[in-house]
Amino acid sequence: MSRILLGISFGLMMAALYLVFIYVPTEETMGVVQRIFYFHVPVAWVSFLAFFVVFIGSILFLWKRDEKWDMLARSSAEIGIVFTSLVLITGPIWAKPAWGVWWTWDARLTTTLIMWVIYVSYLMVRSFAVEESRGARFAAVVGIVGFVDIPITAIAITLWRTQHPRPVIFEGGLAPSMLLTLIICVAAFTLLYVYLLLQAISLKQAEADLGKISQALRG
Amino acid sequence: MRLPLRKAFVIAWKDILSESRTRDILSSVAVFALLTIVIFNFAFEPGSDNVELVAPGVLWVTFTFAGVLGLGRSFVFEKEKGCLEGLLLCPVDRDVVYLGKMLGSLAFMLAVEIIVVPIFLVLFDLPLFLPQLALITLLATVGFVSVGTLFSALAVNTRARDVMLPILFFPIVAPVIIAAVQASGLALEGQSWSTMSSWLQIMGVFDAIFIVISALVFEFVVEE
Repeated sequence: MSRILLGISFGLMMAALYLVFIYVPTEETMGVVQRIFYFHVPVAWVSFLAFFVVFIGSILFLWKRDEKWDMLARSSAEIGIVFTSLVLITGPIWAKPAWGVWWTWDARLTTTLIMWVIYVSYLMVRSFAVEESRGARFAAVVGIVGFVDIPITAIAITLWRTQHPRPVIFEGGLAPSMLLTLIICVAAFTLLYVYLLLQAISLKQAEADLGKISQALRG
Repeated sequence: MRLPLRKAFVIAWKDILSESRTRDILSSVAVFALLTIVIFNFAFEPGSDNVELVAPGVLWVTFTFAGVLGLGRSFVFEKEKGCLEGLLLCPVDRDVVYLGKMLGSLAFMLAVEIIVVPIFLVLFDLPLFLPQLALITLLATVGFVSVGTLFSALAVNTRARDVMLPILFFPIVAPVIIAAVQASGLALEGQSWSTMSSWLQIMGVFDAIFIVISALVFEFVVEE
């Protein structure tokens, strides 16, 4: 099953690379650097998806007390923080030539930054907890509270920033070729996320099994 | 009065009573807040044009840091004396324990703010009698303690308890800080209630949502 997923994901990623670098025409106003958009947007979408999965996994873990939900939440958080970091890196790389500034405190950027910090605190709470089971529960609490906070933060910042000048964001419709490229890229990164998620969960499952076996041997 | 609410008040009253004997947290947090305001004054030029721009930010950064300090201390005390275990042995629901601790922390923070805000207004030469500022402060403080009580109980059970609370707390209360700073700025300019209504709404919604969520998940944080 996972091999099929790997295959499809690889194929889509190859298609995406072709589309982004060869097929799609260069955008008029921003030039070549605009091609980052085709990586930046899907990666951002996946990072929010990952955080949502952390939220659902955390709720299910606290409700059902089954370890596998915690593994899901934790794996999604680990992958999510990688993707969020990529968003925060590719964004400024695009922003500097496009807007003239590395960073601006508008709603999307600030919310993404705060989301990144919440992910980090999710993982930190695990490492700093005294026992692993408590750490898992603490992390689940952070996963739930953090996710609920994100929409409120976005609204607050949007309200705040409408009172300040904003940089011009890439607006207007997308040409069909650009839309196709974007869709393929979104699909490619989403499948990559799913594949990585399944791999991470099975790795954690194997670790847990190994732990139980070694404990049985000792006891 | 409904029974669970009464139990929460009993728990809150315990905290308030023990604090009124020692005045530990109140004095240290209030002094810390005043010192922070003084240091902020060194950071900005003492010209009068800046004052109205930076004053709300100074006030709320100060209360954010002072709040973290106060919240952290209240749960450390519980843990060291084994009081939390005692509370959990009582036949009360965990969300009632949360509510009680939250109300206690709310009382502390409001006491600190009643002392610090007038001094702040005097030091920055701002108008003194502002009911809008009072409401903003109340809403924002409820927001702080709603999340802060939950995370304080969580952080006290980790190894790096002093640093864990700010790391958890600051990102989550970002909307409250934004709303409080913006609304305070409007209040200090003497604007009417209608201009700050959306900020007040954001704080109100935040408070309502996070009191409910924190009460629901509190039991998972304190159980052994």
